[in-house]
Amino acid sequence: MECFVGIDLGSTTTKAVVMDDKGQVLGRGITNSRSNYDTAARVSKLEAFIDARLSLIRRELDKEPAVAGRVDEIIDGLTRNFRREQFIEQLGDLEQTCVANVEGPRFAGKEKAIVGALTEVFRRLREEEADKLFAPDAQRKSDFFRDLAGSRFMQIGEEVARANGVEFDHLLHMYDKSIIEVENRPPSADMNRKFRSAMERVRGEMSSALDTAALGAPIDAALDIEMSERYVVGTGYGRVRLPFPKEHIRSEILCHGLGAHLMYPKTRTVLDIGGQDTKGIQIDDKGIVVNFQMNDRCAAGTGRYLGYVADEMNMGLHELGPLAMKSTKSIRINSTCTVFAGAELRDRLALGDKREDILAGLHRAIMLRAMSIISRSGGITDQFTFTGGVAKNEAAVKELRQLVKENYGEVQINIDPDSIYTGALGASEFARRAVVEA
Amino acid sequence: MSAKTNPEVIKESSMVKQKGMIAGNYDRLTGTKESGEKVVSTFVPGNLNELIMCFDMVNNLPETNAIQNGMRKQSGGMIMDAEKAGHSEDVCTYVKADIGMMGRGNIAPNGKPMPAPDMLLLSYTGCFTFMKWFELLRHEYKCPTVMLQIPYQGDGKITKNMRDFVVKQLKEEVIPMFEQVSGVKFDIDRLREYLKNSAKAEDNLVWVLESAKNRPSPIDAYFGGVYYIGPMFTAFRGTTDAVEYYDLVRGEIEQRIREGKGPITPEGDMKEEKYRLVVEGPPNWTSFREFWKLFYDEGAVVVASSYTKVGGLYDQGFRHDPNDPLGTLADYCLGCYANNNLPQRVELLEKYMNEYQADGLLINSIKSCNSFSAGQLLMMREIEKRTGKPAAFIETDLVDPRYFSHANVKNRLESYFQMVDQKRSGASLATA
Repeated sequence: MECFVGIDLGSTTTKAVVMDDKGQVLGRGITNSRSNYDTAARVSKLEAFIDARLSLIRRELDKEPAVAGRVDEIIDGLTRNFRREQFIEQLGDLEQTCVANVEGPRFAGKEKAIVGALTEVFRRLREEEADKLFAPDAQRKSDFFRDLAGSRFMQIGEEVARANGVEFDHLLHMYDKSIIEVENRPPSADMNRKFRSAMERVRGEMSSALDTAALGAPIDAALDIEMSERYVVGTGYGRVRLPFPKEHIRSEILCHGLGAHLMYPKTRTVLDIGGQDTKGIQIDDKGIVVNFQMNDRCAAGTGRYLGYVADEMNMGLHELGPLAMKSTKSIRINSTCTVFAGAELRDRLALGDKREDILAGLHRAIMLRAMSIISRSGGITDQFTFTGGVAKNEAAVKELRQLVKENYGEVQINIDPDSIYTGALGASEFARRAVVEA
Repeated sequence: MSAKTNPEVIKESSMVKQKGMIAGNYDRLTGTKESGEKVVSTFVPGNLNELIMCFDMVNNLPETNAIQNGMRKQSGGMIMDAEKAGHSEDVCTYVKADIGMMGRGNIAPNGKPMPAPDMLLLSYTGCFTFMKWFELLRHEYKCPTVMLQIPYQGDGKITKNMRDFVVKQLKEEVIPMFEQVSGVKFDIDRLREYLKNSAKAEDNLVWVLESAKNRPSPIDAYFGGVYYIGPMFTAFRGTTDAVEYYDLVRGEIEQRIREGKGPITPEGDMKEEKYRLVVEGPPNWTSFREFWKLFYDEGAVVVASSYTKVGGLYDQGFRHDPNDPLGTLADYCLGCYANNNLPQRVELLEKYMNEYQADGLLINSIKSCNSFSAGQLLMMREIEKRTGKPAAFIETDLVDPRYFSHANVKNRLESYFQMVDQKRSGASLATA
């Protein structure tokens, strides 16, 4: 089947969406942009195709009466076990890379012991951790290989080092040196093998009440469908890095406008707060951008601001919103400047204000800035859609809702759980239209 | 971007002539110690070049110096010097580049020091900063200063009273001051001769600007426009050089129209004309080439711009009139674009959008120019409403390199061009 792909190369994450010729989203993929946009584009696309394959499997399973009512469970099992296969594959790569990196005068004479310890660490990661990480009820904090493998490597590495009389620092050094290499190497594209292997494990996991034999045919049928990439459109700050001709590149303003329109056809105003810029976009009833405004050269009040604040407070980016939600007192923060916000924050802390109240004030400051950009683009018209990474931050959303109400009254505010994919969605639709409606 | 990596700039013979004229003027200016000629510092909008020539004086235009320093990547350091001296970051960067330039020995583009002015001629013409700027210069040079007060066109029209007021100042203050400083007696017939030259050059200038109504447009009326209008409102209006220059330009453009060519760019002829734009606001000078490239790489040509009218709205019918020498100077000063009110500016832009069959309006809002930038968003909305064409807004600065973000401007421009595309293909793509 012909597939249409949109890739949004953002400054923080890279997103991809795969769509069929009817405009149905088949799959979504995301990865860290880090410093290598080429790899980020490849990885996110691969992830989106994996997700698309799962969609096809779901379509086939939906037709199979023997598995009725249990499709979600099967898909969940397939997804987990596929990830497990991928995790093990990447662990293998990481192990080989670590072992290959054991060289140099610093390790002279200790090579054997270090390799021995590494082998043991990876054996345990593979044989003990993989099952735990991808067990049916397991909670994973992240889906990125670096995060999954990294935290367990540290813990197991320390134990193994102690037991084997090897310096933990040496193991850590190998890991640090190797993880970037592995991360920048996309996993092998041999998806069907991994899906079939995952399917076997699902069969083992499923209760006997299910006719597991019935699983085989639909999954095989879905795996046999050939997915061909017909047209790709790229967007986002890294779009110039994409190896496409110019007509395959669209600005993220247009992509966010169209993406928001696809999610909510009645939307007329779109706010996108991304990693490094904030955009207020006005669209018409067909999703065509009629006006837009964005922050100038200064990244004040963008997603990056929250990143700096998190660093300043020695917290994770995702912890900011929940903590700000605990605020009981309103504190006014005037600066949306990433530099001055740090100063204002320390000043407030020194005055004895609580972290949650300061954070709530910071979230409000961002939204005040966003409101100014929106008003310059023409204000808010019903319906209003909020997209971009910051839309996942509940404290930011709370402040936004309040400000919209104060300034524009009752307006429907849409926030899609997949809002981070809005730009990539718009891009994939542009790709589809370029072929289907040409 | 270093000069080495830039491709060779393509020049027409008019550009070569203009370069010679500008260089000659700087040589004349920096040679006044030897020649004994007197110098008057004055402003570009509403300048009285023909009158200055009547007293054999050389004019020095601080705005043009700032632009020259901007294009030669010198202004950044000068602005920072001025800030060190206590001028705020938000102040007009032309002013700060000028102040900084003085601090660095006032070196002209030819490498020689600028002379101190013998006289300051301040005309208001819509920019309030001009007064503060010349207060600073007067403080520095302690030379005679004369102010020509031009009533702002608040109601959108020039009354007889306003005109008389300007003429009275010319007669009673400006001309006597010129006579006193230069030692030359005012001769109105000499002024008439210069005004005749001005009108001749203005005819051709307007013809060239209006050639952008052709498809493809043979000129870029913004980036290319600041080449063509340069000599007209800097030191040359009223000279035979200016008359010859515009004859030459017109000939070149006639040739381009015959050949069906688009405008000339620093990298040669622009290929396909994809977008026709009207631009409001001054250009960015520190990244001028890069900025222009963002347009011609996309096939965007500017068919009309308001900035090229700060030196006079000749295309709206005004010509210097030798039969009414002082009255015509008053009309000229009163009619400059910067002296027009918001409704007049909107009307002019709307007219340009229609007459030049533009696809859209682009506003380059200058961070440090309150005079141009105030009200621009309102103007944009009004033009969108009246024409139904898409408009966009970018933000840069005159000569402060810190205010130019290439990625940001590129992002907005690309989005804008794609927005124009979308709007054009509109309904056919619109099923979702």
